[in-house]
Amino acid sequence: MLVDGLVMRYGDRTAVDGLSFEVEAHTVTAVLGPNGAGKTTTLETCEGYRRPQAGTVRVLGLDPVRQRQDLLPRIGVMLQAGGAWSGARADEMLRHFARLHANPLPTDVLVERLALHECGRTPYRRLSGGQQQRLGLALALIGRPELVFVDEPTAGLDPQIRRGVWELLEELRADGVTVVLTTHYLEEAERLADKVHILDQGRLVASGSPLELTRGGTVATIRLVVTQPFPAGAPEALARALGDTTELTVLDPLSLQVSGPADGTTLATVAAWCADHDVLPESLSLGQRNLEDVFLELTGREDLR
Amino acid sequence: MSPDIGAPAGSGTFAPAPGAAPVARQLLTQAGMEARLMLRNGEQLLLAVVIPVIVLVGAVRSADRLDLGIDGRPVDVLTPGVLALAVMSTAFTSLAIATGFERRYGVLKRLGTAPLSRTTLLGGKVAALLAVEVVQFVVIGGVGLALGWDGPDGFVGVLAVVLAALCGTAAFASLGMLIAGTLRAEATLAAANLVYLLLLAGGAVILPVSTYGGLGEVVQWLPSGALGEAMRSASDGVVAVRDLLVLVAWAAVGSVLTARTFQWE
Repeated sequence: MLVDGLVMRYGDRTAVDGLSFEVEAHTVTAVLGPNGAGKTTTLETCEGYRRPQAGTVRVLGLDPVRQRQDLLPRIGVMLQAGGAWSGARADEMLRHFARLHANPLPTDVLVERLALHECGRTPYRRLSGGQQQRLGLALALIGRPELVFVDEPTAGLDPQIRRGVWELLEELRADGVTVVLTTHYLEEAERLADKVHILDQGRLVASGSPLELTRGGTVATIRLVVTQPFPAGAPEALARALGDTTELTVLDPLSLQVSGPADGTTLATVAAWCADHDVLPESLSLGQRNLEDVFLELTGREDLR
Repeated sequence: MSPDIGAPAGSGTFAPAPGAAPVARQLLTQAGMEARLMLRNGEQLLLAVVIPVIVLVGAVRSADRLDLGIDGRPVDVLTPGVLALAVMSTAFTSLAIATGFERRYGVLKRLGTAPLSRTTLLGGKVAALLAVEVVQFVVIGGVGLALGWDGPDGFVGVLAVVLAALCGTAAFASLGMLIAGTLRAEATLAAANLVYLLLLAGGAVILPVSTYGGLGEVVQWLPSGALGEAMRSASDGVVAVRDLLVLVAWAAVGSVLTARTFQWE
């Protein structure tokens, strides 16, 4: 899948502003961004709902608007919300979509994997948000697509079911399905995605594997908590020992934080300093930058979990 | 590029094996689903069967005491009129309301992600309407026969009933889709019911154009009047070519406007 120089405007608001990225086959790609970053607009353009105002979009080598009928059987789309007759039951919806495809999955596979049997004979309008969500995912998968678009697949699901969905998405990749997902949960992207594209205000601000993105700063944080207040002058001695590449902050008389290169030397220096100054550590913790830190640095926003 | 419709390739539960089902199967599936949903919905069932039956029984009974200005036996005039009303309620009101809410709830959007072409989707809808109309005709026709209706006159009469139902469905369905595709779901609900009531009361569906006096000149050009007249002629064994052409013209105008204005979301 290829997005090249995509521009989408609504009135005078630019939702997507010259966006380009690629999705490799048989991978999980996460598109991240704060609300209004252009994620859903981008996905809906790839799904053929919207015509690119500028730039090119190709999905499985096809133009999603002009070659829609060739593309549709090959993709699965999970919408953010809705999409079912209010009076239809979950099993009915699933069977209906199965019959529109040539080689559908057996419906009971999806019913079991997504715990849809609990929907029973309840009509769609009275299903819980999480049940509607899982049905939406099942409908995206029933036709055995080559590529699935999943928009916020686990928003509002309880933790146990969320893990089930994650395992399902991992299994899809293992079975050769390409997955493109948008998510608000950085934890989700970090766990699932082979590649992450971070969008902000319709532009791509970073791309890479979760590892590449989080390694970007190669900064580690060491937090030390001690049993007795630091001896006078000891923190200053540590700062000198660590040198210019690290930053030391005394948080309170019993704890301090060191930010520096994520390597063993920093840790060894801190440990040696403890021995030299008779400092008894109560706890020593190491923190790595995670996708959330990267995300916040890049987008400067905190409206994500 | 044609989709692979062979056996599932690769291994694993989710190994891709994409492909669209044959169009005939899609059409039947879609029609079956829509017809089931329509017949399961209480309000729709009220509109489709209960109201027409009440109207038929009530009108035939009152025709014994009131002069409705009908020539001939009331039941022979009223039964085809109520059959016309049934076509109008299903093809226009039910279809408009259902489609309006399909737009609102994103059903059309989601169906748009399935390998179902718009033509097949529309074909499915029409087939569902016709299936529901068959149920209506069996029930209403049965009640009419029980009240003394003679039924359509001969083979030509049956053919004429079928033609009237098909042309009426085309005309009203295109107008129903026009409303559903442009107005919000609530506005569609209100407009579709209002138009239904107005045409029921003054559209020459149930009572013949001849009972409308001077107004009949106008009413006979409405889809309701044309369908009513076509159905009444059919009951007498006559194919009413002029009325059928009026319906076809409405269908053509409605389809062109719908195709230009319909918004899927």
